[in-house]
Amino acid sequence: MLLTSSLADASRLQFALTAMYHWLFVPLTLGLGILIAIFETKYYRSGDESWKNLTRFWSRIFAINFACGVATGIILEFEFGTNWSNYSWFVGDIFGAPLAIEGIFAFFMESTFFAVMYFGWNKVSKGFHLLSTWLTAIGANLSAYWILTANAWMQHPVGVEFNPMTGRNEMVDFWSIVFSSTTLSKFSHSVMSGFLVAAIVVIAISCWYLKKQRNREFSLRSIKYATVFGLFAIFALMATGHTSAVTVTRTQPMKLAAMEGLYRGENGTPFVGFAVLNPKKTWDNDENPYLFNISFPKVLSFIANGDWNSFVPGISDIIEGGYKYKDANGVEKTALSFQEKVDRGNMARRALSLYAQYKDEPDTAKRNQILSQAKVYLDENFEYFGYGFLKSPEESIPNVPLTFYSFRVMVMLGGYFILFLIVCWWLMKKKVLEKKKWFIFFAILSVPLVYICAEAGWVVAEVGRQPWTIQDLLPIGASVSGVSSSNVWTTFIIFAVLFTTLLIAELKIAFNQIKKGPDGIKWN
Amino acid sequence: MEVGKTLWLIILIKLAIIFLILRVFFFRPELSKYDTEAEKAEHVIENLTKQP
Repeated sequence: MLLTSSLADASRLQFALTAMYHWLFVPLTLGLGILIAIFETKYYRSGDESWKNLTRFWSRIFAINFACGVATGIILEFEFGTNWSNYSWFVGDIFGAPLAIEGIFAFFMESTFFAVMYFGWNKVSKGFHLLSTWLTAIGANLSAYWILTANAWMQHPVGVEFNPMTGRNEMVDFWSIVFSSTTLSKFSHSVMSGFLVAAIVVIAISCWYLKKQRNREFSLRSIKYATVFGLFAIFALMATGHTSAVTVTRTQPMKLAAMEGLYRGENGTPFVGFAVLNPKKTWDNDENPYLFNISFPKVLSFIANGDWNSFVPGISDIIEGGYKYKDANGVEKTALSFQEKVDRGNMARRALSLYAQYKDEPDTAKRNQILSQAKVYLDENFEYFGYGFLKSPEESIPNVPLTFYSFRVMVMLGGYFILFLIVCWWLMKKKVLEKKKWFIFFAILSVPLVYICAEAGWVVAEVGRQPWTIQDLLPIGASVSGVSSSNVWTTFIIFAVLFTTLLIAELKIAFNQIKKGPDGIKWN
Repeated sequence: MEVGKTLWLIILIKLAIIFLILRVFFFRPELSKYDTEAEKAEHVIENLTKQP
């Protein structure tokens, strides 16, 4: 079956839409849950009703976000089965296991204790309520862990063995999947971005109250804790961002090259702070990749390898191969060229084809001989299986401008938030924050910016790994189902309407509750 | 309307749309048309090996 690019593109666009909308709802839940648990712990210890008031107000904002966001991720799982059936079958239980654990354990834990947290005031003991709040927050973050385990496996497939009889990958090492370097860096970076979102949202809403000259004590207390929480998150983001870069260097060098717009590496590769990419640049011409750039000498080599003079391959180097690199286990190897990878991918596909052809061969001796030979070819070449579907080097290159600029948007906004939070902390220390109208303006402006920052990070992660649904093993074109692209477009429109309605509902209800404020809400 | 009731309403309407409309009419798993695991495997392997 020849799968058209329009079907693949429609399926990709639909997945991108649903995933990006989903990520509008998720990050606030991750961070705000922890902040609320901290507030309630203060109430539990002090018995001070103002802490309870604080806890209940932010719980309400959490509840609105939770109600609008819950189950939006399920649609992604529907899409796997309908639009990405080859992929869903090929990944086997690798994807199923973490998602099942997420659904059964983490999500239900979060949902159950959320009900106690929201409705249980004065109905359960203070201690049990506090426990429920912490378990809600932990459940939300555990939920993220299992989802990100599945995502990380797609970026760095480890701990599996391919079964040619079933065409599926089978899990052979659960722990190497759960604790792979990609899982750990992806989880810590994503969760910290959720913490930052929550900190900024709390600061912004509190600053709005200060602007309106109401709920002063409530707001200053919220800002104080959210600022410390935000500073912790932003410095953790810097650290986890670094470990993510190290992981990407070893597991997805093409993504790193796209993030940097790097075509030719060198010993002591510079880091591009900002640049305008040259649209005429291709992997096989001599055009300068940048029309304009501000670079920091040798910094990319240091970030990627911890060595100022190390070699970082560019897009053209990766296609041509021949350079030395260290794999995910730190073993030094010589890189294969694109064509060598294609050849090995084709050998793996032919071996799988032999399996399909001879698995029911009645002559046992002939069957065993062919299948054992095919197994050798498959095992030797399976790590490049996906290259067997690619026709030209261009197909192995992600969208460089989108990856490059999204990365810079994320990093620059990250820099802005470091400055913003340090200034916030300083103004709080000097007790002058509420008098600084310019800061209050920036605080409110920061809400859309922090969401753009979080989304940009995911654009880098997901666009940068194209064309792979599973790194090196399965490209987009081989992953999609045989459904008609018109079906995909129909559901795309339904999702766009549904999610936009949910977002508008969330914003409308949230704004309404914020306007009422902690004093204007009748607690039920 | 109390915000709690509004949120419950949103959750119920959303779940109804997701499970009763989208799942039933638009998102039938592609491989569900095959009865056995062997048939599903054969279909996917054919896609993986025959695709140019």
